[in-house]
Amino acid sequence: MAWFSKREWRAMADPVFDNNPIMLQMLGICSALAVTTKMDKALVLGISVIAVAGLASLTVSLIRKYTPHSIRIIVQLAIISSLVIVVDQVLKAYLYEISLELSVFVGLIITNCLILGRTEGFAMQNPPWISFIDGIGNGLGYAVLLLMVGFVRELLGSGRVFGYPVFAAVNDGGWYVPAGMFLLAPAAFFIIAAIIWALRVWKPEQQEKD
Amino acid sequence: MLEHYLNLAIKAMFVENMVLVFFLGMCSILAVSRKVETAFGLGIAVVFVETLTVPLNNLLLNYLLVEGALNWLHPGFTDVDLTFLSFIVYISTIAASVQIVEMVLDRYFPALHMSLGVFLPLIAVNCAILGGSLFMGERNYNFAESMVFGFGAGVGFLLAIVGLAAIRERMAYSNPPAGLRGLGITFVTVGLMSIGFMMFSGIQL
Repeated sequence: MAWFSKREWRAMADPVFDNNPIMLQMLGICSALAVTTKMDKALVLGISVIAVAGLASLTVSLIRKYTPHSIRIIVQLAIISSLVIVVDQVLKAYLYEISLELSVFVGLIITNCLILGRTEGFAMQNPPWISFIDGIGNGLGYAVLLLMVGFVRELLGSGRVFGYPVFAAVNDGGWYVPAGMFLLAPAAFFIIAAIIWALRVWKPEQQEKD
Repeated sequence: MLEHYLNLAIKAMFVENMVLVFFLGMCSILAVSRKVETAFGLGIAVVFVETLTVPLNNLLLNYLLVEGALNWLHPGFTDVDLTFLSFIVYISTIAASVQIVEMVLDRYFPALHMSLGVFLPLIAVNCAILGGSLFMGERNYNFAESMVFGFGAGVGFLLAIVGLAAIRERMAYSNPPAGLRGLGITFVTVGLMSIGFMMFSGIQL
């Protein structure tokens, strides 16, 4: 990658592959799961989170030397919520149907622990460009997990991927009987548990000792 | 009339439980559900803050932000629509009221502050609190409804977190596969609780 230095490339790629923040610490999972019944919703929310995480880290880092320590959380929250407002307006203007389906979950990006965690934990101590890349990388890691959960739920729950039929459902004259369970809330928890299990078998150093 | 409010509260507590149906507040649920005592403390703090902020945000929304709300200031403001600002208004209200609650508790109820104090800063960025206000805006609740809804949603959170903490305390003696220990088995437990709460769906008074 000629555009990025090695350190910058690692800041982007680490959270996606090696050190995925939601898989390891389950940060910011709150708003994530309700939108994963369909992949297009998951994709739109993933992209929104990438944009907010990157720009919030950039902005916080730009003003980090002028931010009084005692009010830094409020400053970060104000920056994040302004960015989320912009994202919400853009979605309402260009993707109205999906923004209706996402309903309150766009607004809930504000309280996504992942974004506040990166602005507080990384962008407050680091220069703008690397903070921006770090935010994008963490957003990407988040989007990847959303899409993974969304893929399983949409494929097994309705036999489709991005709305295109993959398994022909019985209702349309096909052979696949959709497992409606996967569209309900509990399935998301079980899928996450399965992902954690698989990840920790693959990387035993992540296992908890208690 | 009373029936309507009771129905709303039951719905917010059980049928549309913030944690188990909408996945809100998962971060704090996972972090603070190791012991029933601390879980109960956080739950009570959430009930308190939610009952306070949802009606407060309702007032701000209806008298400052919606189209025509600024009419009382000047007739020329009739078609000013500030609803796009609602996110930032909600989160500021929540952060400010958490701060004020903390100061009041510290000054007048030191014992309560000792037990709830550590949770209050956590609550400002709890998805369940912001989620309550966002749902209130989306479903156009009036002031009384928003009070009932805020209380019900808070109690729903309390039920979920205390239940999960109680199960996790018991589970300390079990022996799950190494990869599932801790976080993994907690997610499975939450999933099973979520199935349990699905039993309530469709209940109407």
